[in-house]
Amino acid sequence: MSDFLAKSATYLPLLMEGVYLTLVVTLFSVVLSTLLGFVWAVMTWSRVPPLVSISRGFITIIRGIPIIVQLFYIYFVMPEIGLNLTALQAGIIGLGIAYSAYQAENFRAGIEAIDKGQIEAAYSIGMTDALVMRRVIMPQAIRIALPPYGNTVIMILKDSSLVSTITVAELTRQGQLIAASTFDNMTIFTLVALIYLALSLPLTFLTQHLERRFSKA
Amino acid sequence: MISVRNIHKSFGAQEVIRGVNFEIARGEVVCIIGPSGSGKSTILRCINGLETYDRGEILVDGQKVDPKARSIIGVRTQVSMVFQRFNLFPHRTALENVMEGPVYVKGVPRAQARREAEALLEKVGLSAKFDSYPAQLSGGQQQRVAIARALAMQPKAILFDEPTSALDPELVGEVLEVMRDVAAEGMTMAVVTHEMSFARAVADRVLFLESGTILEEGPPEQLLRHPSHPRTQDFLHRVINPMD
Ligand SMILES: Nc1ncnc2c1ncn2[C@@H]1O[C@H](COP(=O)(O)OP(=O)(O)OP(=O)(O)O)[C@@H](O)[C@H]1O
Ligand SMILES: [Mg+2]
Repeated sequence: MSDFLAKSATYLPLLMEGVYLTLVVTLFSVVLSTLLGFVWAVMTWSRVPPLVSISRGFITIIRGIPIIVQLFYIYFVMPEIGLNLTALQAGIIGLGIAYSAYQAENFRAGIEAIDKGQIEAAYSIGMTDALVMRRVIMPQAIRIALPPYGNTVIMILKDSSLVSTITVAELTRQGQLIAASTFDNMTIFTLVALIYLALSLPLTFLTQHLERRFSKA
Repeated sequence: MISVRNIHKSFGAQEVIRGVNFEIARGEVVCIIGPSGSGKSTILRCINGLETYDRGEILVDGQKVDPKARSIIGVRTQVSMVFQRFNLFPHRTALENVMEGPVYVKGVPRAQARREAEALLEKVGLSAKFDSYPAQLSGGQQQRVAIARALAMQPKAILFDEPTSALDPELVGEVLEVMRDVAAEGMTMAVVTHEMSFARAVADRVLFLESGTILEEGPPEQLLRHPSHPRTQDFLHRVINPMD
């Protein structure tokens, strides 16, 4: 045990550099996927035929391709058509786009759960689409979408490890690099696993807390 | 005030409104009766632009009702609607439900909107329920909040679509009473209802609708007591003696 702690002390500073990038990738991917996912959901809700087809088509395509392949596509294929991205940028954009499809489904489910009668009542007092969205649908849809949203954020955190495959030196890749030079697989991957757990548990608790708070009102 | 001129409306192949004409004058209360599926709700929804119509024309205070045009917002702020299932905003209190339209649609300052909303809730007998959420209110109370919400827009007319049909029988009276008060203050009203006693007491005119056309219309006393059309007689007989 003391051996594990002693070795951990040497590896941790290196792993922490990876944690920093893991958090950067996660944070920006969450923001990007949320914004894009919201756009897809609103396009679907708009019932304007071309907008609905575009968002539906996009979601179907994105969900049918493994995330890792999407990352390769953005990082290795895009430069061939003149779009050069750093590995970090490619990773964030790839994860953000991939997860926007799942976020859109969370939001869509939240929006569709709102009773149509209240939406008509809102229109009947003269609200515009934008007001109906802001004052009637969103406050309730957020409540409904929050638990699945929290779970999606946790999945993005864990799947940020996929960007290790396009050379972003986040936590998983740092672990691989250290393990390759020290052969101390046991200590290093135990630490890596514990760190992911330490990052995701607070998110799990936060989600559960918000879920309880929102379900009261 | 409201002119409905020869409107037609189909859902798919089924024509549910087949040439309906009527006028509602300022301050008039018109009750619309008729069997289920005859198109009563559809007509009210067309007047408020919640539904499109295929032919004909609806005018509110001289302005054409066009659900696809921006002008529909103006129509809706002048014509409020009360629904069978209340349709309150469940995430807002009674007071907030009533304030919502004035504050966010009409831009009335919050403090003023609040004062007016409180006065309206008092008027419908809910001074103790300002901060209750819809789920904490009975059906009759919810519908009274919905009427206060409609009044808060200071509309020129209010459309009621079977406002008491979803209520337990003992709660019907409190809602009808509020509606009678609103009518007594001179509000222009179109009321779809099966409450014949309300129609007799409050309506200036009753329209009998069947299969998307107005079969008969007249003052309540005449239409409800001495209907001339056999279909109207049959309908009234069934409403008054449901077990026959
Ligand atoms: N959105 C819709 N899509 C298809 N058909 C509809 C739709 N709304 C109404 N209808 C049909 O139009 C006809 C008239 O409906 P409407 O709701 O206006 O009748 P109503 O007189 O209000 O009946 P009720 O007393 O049951 O409320 C019915 O046959 C109904 O099935
Ligand atoms: Mg109806």
